[in-house]
Amino acid sequence: MITSSAPPADEHDHLRRKFLVETYRMMLLIRYFEEQVRSLSQGGLVPGLVHLCAGQEATNAGTCMHLRKDDYIASHHRGHGHCLAKGARPHLLMAEILGRQTGYCGGRSGSMHIFDRENGNLGTNGIVGGGIPLAAGAALSAKARGTEQIAVAYFGDGALNQGLVPECMNMAAIWSLPVVFVCENNGFGEFTATEDVTAGQSLLSRGQVYDIPSVEVDGMDVLAVSAAFVEARDRARRGGGPSFLLCNTYRFGGHHAGDRQDYKSEEDARLWRDRDPIPKLAMHLKAAEIASPAVLQDIEASVEEEIQAAVQFAKASPAPESLDLRVQLHG
Amino acid sequence: MAETSISTYRSAIIDALAEEMRNDAGVFLMGEDIGKAGGVFKQTEGLFIEFGAERVIDTPISEPGAFGMAVGAAMTGMRPVFEVMFGDFMTLIMDQLVNQAAKVAYMSNGQFTVPLVVRTTMGTGSSLGPQHSQSLYAWACHVPGLKVAVPSTPADAKGLYKSAIRDANPVLIFEDRMLYGLKGPVAVGETSLVPLGQAVVARGGRDLTVVAVGRMVQHALKAAERLSEDGIEIEVVDPRTLLPLDVETIACSVRRTNRALVVDGGAQQYGAGAEIAQSINEAAFDWLDAPVMRLCAENIPVPISRTLEPLVQPDESRIVAKVKELLVGHRWPDREDDSP
Ligand SMILES: Cc1ncc(C[n+]2csc(CCOP(=O)(O)OP(=O)(O)O)c2C)c(N)n1
Repeated sequence: MITSSAPPADEHDHLRRKFLVETYRMMLLIRYFEEQVRSLSQGGLVPGLVHLCAGQEATNAGTCMHLRKDDYIASHHRGHGHCLAKGARPHLLMAEILGRQTGYCGGRSGSMHIFDRENGNLGTNGIVGGGIPLAAGAALSAKARGTEQIAVAYFGDGALNQGLVPECMNMAAIWSLPVVFVCENNGFGEFTATEDVTAGQSLLSRGQVYDIPSVEVDGMDVLAVSAAFVEARDRARRGGGPSFLLCNTYRFGGHHAGDRQDYKSEEDARLWRDRDPIPKLAMHLKAAEIASPAVLQDIEASVEEEIQAAVQFAKASPAPESLDLRVQLHG
Repeated sequence: MAETSISTYRSAIIDALAEEMRNDAGVFLMGEDIGKAGGVFKQTEGLFIEFGAERVIDTPISEPGAFGMAVGAAMTGMRPVFEVMFGDFMTLIMDQLVNQAAKVAYMSNGQFTVPLVVRTTMGTGSSLGPQHSQSLYAWACHVPGLKVAVPSTPADAKGLYKSAIRDANPVLIFEDRMLYGLKGPVAVGETSLVPLGQAVVARGGRDLTVVAVGRMVQHALKAAERLSEDGIEIEVVDPRTLLPLDVETIACSVRRTNRALVVDGGAQQYGAGAEIAQSINEAAFDWLDAPVMRLCAENIPVPISRTLEPLVQPDESRIVAKVKELLVGHRWPDREDDSP
């Protein structure tokens, strides 16, 4: 088990500091974004269910932000954070979540099926585990085309029990594909605790049996996630094949925005809340004199403003026209 | 006249794959036993030697994951041709086919497309039993976003493959194993292309239209010769593509012959035969002198026994009998009480 918080070796110190501030900004952006989605959902403005990722910002930002724009990700139902950290524009994302014509997919796909081609996002996915082969296939394609792009497959601990995980890990290993498997282990699949439905001493062994370099990471510590991810990314980029990251994290909210969470222990929830990755990073930034309290306050204010603007944009956006119903049935 | 040569159905497909792989570096093959082994039915023979392991990829026996990877590759600039060894195993790739591949263009509002071909084998006649002999194309036809082709001749096999590989959408092609050895003229290069969504009149006739799917076209053509000896001339229409279905060509034929029989080797219940028959009703009802009839596979699993298996799918004799029945027996019942 590696839980190093050492800075990525290949980043210059100044750049690293700047990057850490950007990471903080991104994590805050995701948190504020999700808060707004929650309140819009409670106000009845969001069609369908939304699955919020508040609490998991360190695994979102600590991985996605280390990718090139043309690298690929395939995300899942709890994927807003991945979209944002990979470069999605908050107002277009918000508009899609509200089902508006201006959204990433013209309002037809909503929270669970967001595609962003420009940023290499192969979609959040409504099928648990469904995105895993898409990312592995993108890695196969990148390798065949010789582009040095890599791909990241995100999935939850629930998806770890889908056959797609071992299948794709096996193929990624035998073909040495540039893909990183990132499991965001938040302890629950919907309302069922991981330990009730998952056998085996170690979840990490799921990667190890294929001789895939596998690391368990504190998913509430963005520095730890970053360090492990950068190592995996670099290995993939230089042709070293796949990696598996098991990031232990927690979703502060329920399974979806309306979930009352009776199945969670209050004590556990409090302990995890105390480990909130955002104040944790803020403390580090201050202690290491990377950012002053005033700078952090400015960031908060500007993120708040950006998210408010996104909400206004989305609310003011028109609904799709009936003419759009059949468009793009075929590509 | 386009230049043609005689080829088997099998080698027509291999030629199509090879030509498209030479044309476009993005085209590659994935499947079980298709590489070094050359395919369990020799249906990829020679391709591994020409194109190597990177472009003729032997996958592990992991249909869902491997097919899903083909979808991901298609979304990111490649044109995979994925082989499902037996059509029965379509069930294993259903999630990635139905919920991912078929919907990506729509869900992403055109940001991504999935230019991908699924090839698979099907049909009775090999004594392979209930889990290796089904003709499950109707399942795929139920899914918006897919295209489905069922070639019945070497020329169509080649031409449809070439079009499918160039199409921006997921296309499934079902090959009847009993056709692999069938010989026929096949055009070379670009002249061999057959557009998706275009039916063809395989044989002209005046008395009745038989719309036949896949290998059933071959049975229908033989039946036509026998019927011709009795002075009955049937027209045989081959849809070639089931999705999209060329209803107009089929209906045009029925408007001339005024009677229709649909022959389908797939299951009758909720099947392709029902869809074609009802399309005829909607497009040519006023021209019909008799109800549109279906002759489909029996609604049972395909037994392995050499005496039982041949009873499952329609054949030449059953087509002959059904045509005769339809021509003499099945007229509209006389309505005695037309008045209110
Ligand atoms: C194949 C499939 N089965 C079931 C569901 C319903 N479902 C949606 S989310 C979910 C739980 C997923 O848990 P996990 O992968 O751990 O992700 P988390 O929600 O914890 O982020 C389930 C069962 C689904 N969408 N897809």
